[in-house]
Amino acid sequence: MATTTPPRTRQTRESVVIRFAGDSGDGMQVTGSRFTVEAALAGNDLTTFPDFPAEIRAPAGTTYGVSAFQIHFGGVDVTTPGDEVDVLVAMNPAALKVDLKDLRRGGTIVVDTGAFTERNLAKAGFPANPIEDGSLAQYQMLTVDITRLTAEAVKAFGLSTREAHRCRNMWALGLMLWMYGRDRQVTTDWLRRKFADRPELAQANVAALNAGHAFGETAEMSEHLVGYTVARAPVEPGRYRAVSGTEAIAWGLIAGMRAAGLQKMIFAGYPITPASLLLHTLANLKAHGVITFQAEDEIAAIGAVIGAAYAGALGVTSSSGPGMALKTEMLGLAIATELPLVVVNSQRAGPSTGMPTKAEQSDLFQAVHGRNADAPLAVIAPATASDCFEVAIEAVRIATKYMTPVILLSDAYLAHAAEPWRLPDPSTLPRFPVHFRTDPAGFHPFVRDPVTLARAWAVPGTSGLEHRIGGLEKDYDTGHISYDPENHARMTRTRGAKIAGIANDIPPQRAALGADHGAVAVVGWGSTYGAIQQAVREAREDGIDVSHVHLRYLNPFPSNLGDLLKRFDRVLVPEMNSGQLVQLLRAAYLVPAEGLSKVEGKPFKVAEIVQAIGARG
Amino acid sequence: MTVTTITDAELAPKDYASDQEVRWCPGCGDYAILKAVQKALAELGARRERTVFVSGIGCAARFPYYLSTYGFHTIHGRAPAIATGIKLANPELDVWVITGDGDGLSIGGNHMLHVLRRNVDLQIVLFNNEIYGLTKGQYSPTSRRGTRSPSTPQGSIENPVSPCAFALGAGARFVGRAVDTQQADVVTLLKRAHAHKGASFVEVFQNCVVFNDGVFDSFTAKTAAPDAQLHLEHGKPLLFGPNKERGLRLTPGTLALEVVPVGAGGVPSHDILVHDETNRTLAQLLVGLEPPEFPMALGVLYCSPATSYEADVYAQARAAGFGRDVADLGALLTRDGTWTVE
Repeated sequence: MATTTPPRTRQTRESVVIRFAGDSGDGMQVTGSRFTVEAALAGNDLTTFPDFPAEIRAPAGTTYGVSAFQIHFGGVDVTTPGDEVDVLVAMNPAALKVDLKDLRRGGTIVVDTGAFTERNLAKAGFPANPIEDGSLAQYQMLTVDITRLTAEAVKAFGLSTREAHRCRNMWALGLMLWMYGRDRQVTTDWLRRKFADRPELAQANVAALNAGHAFGETAEMSEHLVGYTVARAPVEPGRYRAVSGTEAIAWGLIAGMRAAGLQKMIFAGYPITPASLLLHTLANLKAHGVITFQAEDEIAAIGAVIGAAYAGALGVTSSSGPGMALKTEMLGLAIATELPLVVVNSQRAGPSTGMPTKAEQSDLFQAVHGRNADAPLAVIAPATASDCFEVAIEAVRIATKYMTPVILLSDAYLAHAAEPWRLPDPSTLPRFPVHFRTDPAGFHPFVRDPVTLARAWAVPGTSGLEHRIGGLEKDYDTGHISYDPENHARMTRTRGAKIAGIANDIPPQRAALGADHGAVAVVGWGSTYGAIQQAVREAREDGIDVSHVHLRYLNPFPSNLGDLLKRFDRVLVPEMNSGQLVQLLRAAYLVPAEGLSKVEGKPFKVAEIVQAIGARG
Repeated sequence: MTVTTITDAELAPKDYASDQEVRWCPGCGDYAILKAVQKALAELGARRERTVFVSGIGCAARFPYYLSTYGFHTIHGRAPAIATGIKLANPELDVWVITGDGDGLSIGGNHMLHVLRRNVDLQIVLFNNEIYGLTKGQYSPTSRRGTRSPSTPQGSIENPVSPCAFALGAGARFVGRAVDTQQADVVTLLKRAHAHKGASFVEVFQNCVVFNDGVFDSFTAKTAAPDAQLHLEHGKPLLFGPNKERGLRLTPGTLALEVVPVGAGGVPSHDILVHDETNRTLAQLLVGLEPPEFPMALGVLYCSPATSYEADVYAQARAAGFGRDVADLGALLTRDGTWTVE
C-alpha cells in the first residue's frame, strides 16, 4: 500500500515516548507490540516496557486493572523506555488517573471521550470529568470519541457490541501510526492471520485501524493533531528481529546447549511470576532438543534438573523471588556434587511475595552468598533483552566447563522488555564442547582438571565409571565420604578456588562508555544498563568526566576490576536494591564506592542518575 | 578403587557390593534389605553401569554407597525429584529410589505424591521403621499414637500415615510390601516391582534395633507370623494361618472384610475372596488390615500398569519433532519474522 502523505507539515522529533494505557481487557499490550513492530520496520531504535497488573482480570474500569505498554523509539540510540511520556493514550478514566503522573508537562493526552462516562469516572475516583474541568490545562488534549468512531467503522461487519468495542485499540493504533508516519501493512497482514478463523473480526479490526489512520489524515481538528517525523536510527546493517529478554534467554540456552555439544536440555520450573514465561517459551521448543517439566514445587524443579545434569543433559531451572529461596538447599547439593546447572532468576520486588510483577535487583546477595556454609557459585547478569542471548550462552559455558551451578540474574523488567536485535550469524557463535569422562583408568568422581579444577563429568550408562556421589563431604583423592578435618579444609578451598579461577577465563573489565580512569565511574549491573548508559552519555555531553562500567560477571568479578575502579576518584553504584553491589565492591576492593538506591519496583529514570552524577562530577 | 568392567557376564549378588564398609548399627534391618537388593539385582541380571540408586537422607539413604552401581545420595526427601530428572534425561537408565518413612512421607511427602501420580518408571523402596533413626529416635509420620520418643516424652498424639494407603491414594499403579528379614519375599517383590513399568512403590517393614526394636513383632515374630501374615498371590484365595485355615471374605451386606474359618465347620471356600491385584478397591481394603484383628497383607497389593510418565513425555516430544532442529539455530532465531537494515 502507499505510504501516507502528510496533509500538514510534520514536525520532527529525535525520539518519542508513547504509553498506551487502558483496561486489562482493552488490548493495550497488543496495541503496543504492533506499534513496536511498525516502528522497528521503519528503522527506529526502540525499547519497550509493558506494565500490567498482577490481577488476571481486575474489575473493568478500576485503577488496579490498568494495563499499559510504553515504547520509546527514535532516530538515535535508544537505551531506556524513557523517563517521561510524550504521548499518553488513555482508553478510559482509570488509565488517565494511573498514568498521568508520568506524562511530561506539555505532553499530549489522547483520550477516548466515549469511555469517560459518569460510571467510569466514578470507578477511577474522579470527582469531576478531568477533560472538562480544566485540570489538564498544562497538557495538549486530543479528545476523540474513539468508542463511537470505532462502532461506526465496524458497523458493516455484524459484530456484537462487545466485539465492536474491542476494536477500539486498533482505531487508536491507526491514529498513532498516522501521527508518526508509520506504515500499517504488517499489522493488517497480522490481523488477517490472527483472525483467519473469523474473517469478519479481521475485517472489522482492519477497518478500525484504517479509520483511526484516516481520522488523522483528514479530520478538521484542533492544532493538537500534529503529525511527526522520527528519523531512522543509525543502526548497523543486518538482519533484525524484535526480542524480549525471556525469548533471548531461551534461545541463548539452546545455543549454549548446541555449543556444548549436548543433545538435550531438561528445563524444569514451577509456575511463578514473572519466571513462568521462560517455561512457556521453552515448552514450545522441543524440536530444538528441549524437554520441559512443570514440577510440583520449586524444590522439585531444581532437583529434577540436578538429576538431569547428573545423567548428562543440560539442566536448567528458573524462578523468581520466594521461589529462589526454596531452591537454596538444592543449590548447595549441586555445589557439593559439582554438577553443571543454569538457574535463571527473574528478580522481582520482595521480601516474601513482595510485588510479583515489579522489577528489583535485590537478589544479588542471595545469589552470591545466600546458602548455608561456604558455597560458592558463578553469578552473571544480562544488561538488555538482546544481551540475554549472549549471557545465557555464557552461563552454559561456565556451568559445563567448571562443573558448577551458575545463577543468571535477570529481572521482571528484562523478562518482558523488548528491543530490536541484530541476529548473530550462528556459525560465529562460540563452541565449548563437553567431554564426558569415559576412561576408567585413574577415575574417581572427584578427579579434577588441573587447570579449571572442574571434576570429571561421568554419566550413568558409562561402563567402568560406576560411582557414588552425594551431599556428604568427599575425600579429595578418592571421592569417598570423608570427615577428615584437613580434607574438608582442602575441599572447601578447592571449591572456592574453582569459582575464583573463572575470573581468568572471562574478558577483562572495560568501561562501557568513557575512559578507563577519571573523576567518576558509574558502576552498574543488570537491567539498569540502559538508564546508566544514557545518563553517562548526557553527563559527558555536559562536560563531566564520567565513565560507565557495566558488570556482566558478578561472581567472580573480572580480575582487573579492583584496579580499574581505583583509577577513578569516585565510584557511584546505582542499583534497584538497598545497596548490594556497592557493598560487594567495597568488601572486595576497599574502594569508597557510594550507592544510589531505587526500590520502587520501577526502572531508574535517566534524570535520576544524571543528577547523582552531577552531584559528584 | 579398583575398576572392573563386566557387562555381559552373569553377576553374583556380591558383585553388586561396593568396596565401602557398611556402617549401619549391628542387627539393623537395613543389612537384610541390602542383601535382598543385591540378590534381586543378580537375579535380574542388572547391568551396573545402567543402574542408578538415588536416596534422600536418613539411615536408609546410605544405601547407594554400598552398591557397585551408579548412586546419588541427595538431600532430605527430594530423591523422587532427582530420580525424575534422571529418567527425563535418560529413560534407558534403571533407576531405584531408596527412602524411609521420614524422608519419603514427611519432608518428602509432596514429592512422593507427585512421583507416584505421574507414574515415573522408578522402583521406590521405602524402609519403614516408624522412627527417625539417624537423628536419634524422634517419632516419625508412621509412628503409632502414643510412641514415646525424645520429642514426644508423653507419647505421640499424631495419627500415623500408612505408606501403602498413601501410595494408593496418590495413584500409584504398583504397591507392595514385605518384611525386612523375609528375604525371599523381599527379593520376589523387588523383582515384581522392577518388571512393572511406571512407579513401583514397595514398603519394607524394617526393624530399628536401637530406637524402635520389635515394633513390628506383632506380625513379624516367628511365632506370630503364620497367624498374622497374609501372603497375597494374584488369582489365589485370601487364606492365612499355619494351615491356611482362615480366610477373608466380604461381610455380607457391607463393604468390609472379615476373618472367617474355612474348611470343616467353616465357610465354604467359594465365599473366600480371591486376590485380584488389578482391583484397586480390593487393594484399598487389604491395605487397611492390621493385627491383631486382621493379618497384615504382604506381597503385591496392587498392580495395574499404564504408560509411564517419561514415555509419554518423549512421545509428545517426538510428535513435536524432538531434536529435529538442534543444529538449525538460524530457524529458531528467525521464526516470527525479521527485517533487514541495508
